[in-house]
Amino acid sequence: MGKYLRKKIIVYIITFILAVTINFFIPRMMPGNPIQSLLSRFSGMEGGREILEEQLTLLFNLDQPLWQQYANFWKSVFTLDFGISIIQFPTPVLDIIKRAIVYDISVLLPAIILSWIVGNKLGAFSGTDKRLDKTTMPFFYFLASSPYFWMAGLVAFFFGVVLGWFPISGAYGSTSSPGLNWYFIKDFFHHWFLPFFTMFLVQLGGWAIGMRNMIMYEKSSNYSKYMETLGASDKLIRKYGFRNGVLPQVTGLALRLGRIVGGAITVQVVFNYPGLGKLLLDAVQNQDYFLMQGIFLTIVTMVLVANFTVDIVYMFIDPQVRLSFTEEV
Amino acid sequence: MFKDFWSKHENFYYAITNKKVIFGLTIVVLVFMLAAFGPMLSPYEYGEYAGEGYLPPSGDHFFGTTIDGRDVFTRTVYGLRSTLLVGAIAGTMATLVGCIIGFLAGYYGGTIFDELLMMLTNIFVVIPQLALLIVIAAFLEVRGIIIMAVIVSLTAWPWTARAVRSQTLSLKNKEYVSLSRISALNVNRILREDIASNMFSYVFMVFIQQFNGTMLATVQLEFLGLGPTKGISLGLVMQNAVNWNGIQLGMWWWAIIPGLILAILITALYFVNTGLDAAFNPRLREM
Repeated sequence: MGKYLRKKIIVYIITFILAVTINFFIPRMMPGNPIQSLLSRFSGMEGGREILEEQLTLLFNLDQPLWQQYANFWKSVFTLDFGISIIQFPTPVLDIIKRAIVYDISVLLPAIILSWIVGNKLGAFSGTDKRLDKTTMPFFYFLASSPYFWMAGLVAFFFGVVLGWFPISGAYGSTSSPGLNWYFIKDFFHHWFLPFFTMFLVQLGGWAIGMRNMIMYEKSSNYSKYMETLGASDKLIRKYGFRNGVLPQVTGLALRLGRIVGGAITVQVVFNYPGLGKLLLDAVQNQDYFLMQGIFLTIVTMVLVANFTVDIVYMFIDPQVRLSFTEEV
Repeated sequence: MFKDFWSKHENFYYAITNKKVIFGLTIVVLVFMLAAFGPMLSPYEYGEYAGEGYLPPSGDHFFGTTIDGRDVFTRTVYGLRSTLLVGAIAGTMATLVGCIIGFLAGYYGGTIFDELLMMLTNIFVVIPQLALLIVIAAFLEVRGIIIMAVIVSLTAWPWTARAVRSQTLSLKNKEYVSLSRISALNVNRILREDIASNMFSYVFMVFIQQFNGTMLATVQLEFLGLGPTKGISLGLVMQNAVNWNGIQLGMWWWAIIPGLILAILITALYFVNTGLDAAFNPRLREM
């Protein structure tokens, strides 16, 4: 394996270990007495006492030394045993996460990919056309400057309230139930569109600005000037500039993933969309430690996997890295 | 005498005569003045019942009132103060930390020290910021302005460290740096006089970008109810609006205006940055 990939993987592993460690310390460092607050919550529920005892021995093991607790915690991470949620008692945290993650991926994946492609294309055009640049750049700046949740509010207000085209709360209407029928699928996409569109719009601005700046720099370089003197068309110069500018944009995607996921959390709150972000906030507000730990770890893992995917993609499109693989430098 | 000054500070001249910089700075100054003097324009307190609820903007209530009759303008300008303050402190801290780590890693580029610093940086890059911030903010039951700024800057510095490192790497192989090194000047002095002084304009632009980023992160945390525990903030105004169905009720003055001011401010700062970029890079100047 190349040195490039090895270094990245080490960073990802350390990050994962760090995330698990932060998770381990969450309930142990919480202000107040977590056990007392858990006890008072569970005592009223049926069969709560047995489950509570089991949970506490699993997750705290306070009578054992700290390193033993830590080792046990790792064991539960690998067996995906995150415990039982308190706000949705007695559903296991893992089941809740499995249900919610669909809403995250269905919004984030298309939004990230589409905004990257469209944003880069638009940016390349405004980088080579000065008149177009003057009118579009303020717009792109404005998109990139908007807090995600504010853009969500704006989009909800305009398309949901003023025009009334889309529903602005929830993931599906009260009259439809999840299932593989045509009615539900239509309803799902109807609710899906505005969260998706919000994520798409804000990111679009960032990509367009990035590519526009790239193309500007490439255009001032010697090879572009040489092409210009040879009488090459704007289109050709743009094409070569684009090929050079696209690599930093791929790296930029890896840099921004964490921020995008963060933005998605706030967008889900505005649209009351039942993804992981909304759940994480509910868990924090209700001091549901098990759910909070599970979601935090899931989000970190998702971002790490996405980063790794970007690395692989980068490897394939960057000729330098690709060569270093085949020739084993 | 003036002519002398300008020929010495050519970059500065190009910077303040750039149209984008002038346009952007004007808006930035206006927004800062709104935060500074806005509270004096309003006869109300931000928590006080100022009149009837559900009023659209008018002469009495510049930005209308909330559903329970508080004055949105008053809340917005007080909130703007808090958000700007947190953003500015966090942006400064993040820029400082990022520059120091970037300088050191770049100057000792290729050594194990550099590798360790970059590994630390990369870990902070891949950790999803807001999820981490939510978890951290949930620990702290009382959060003041300074604590907020520390929380926000904690995840804001990494990209600066990377950018400054690569800038330093390219600068440190210049002849004049080698000369200083042969002359056995100490590291502090080389970093300060040869490298930092040549990166001043770059660092200034980095600071503007950091300020943009930290304001966005701050307002997001505030919106999630994890802002300063006392007082009002821009994000909190909008959280109230969303929680009380301000959007469904069509109260755009409550749900949209506070964020619009922030978005305009950040857009203006982007303009300043682009203008400065053109002023400091002669290659882009003629375009």
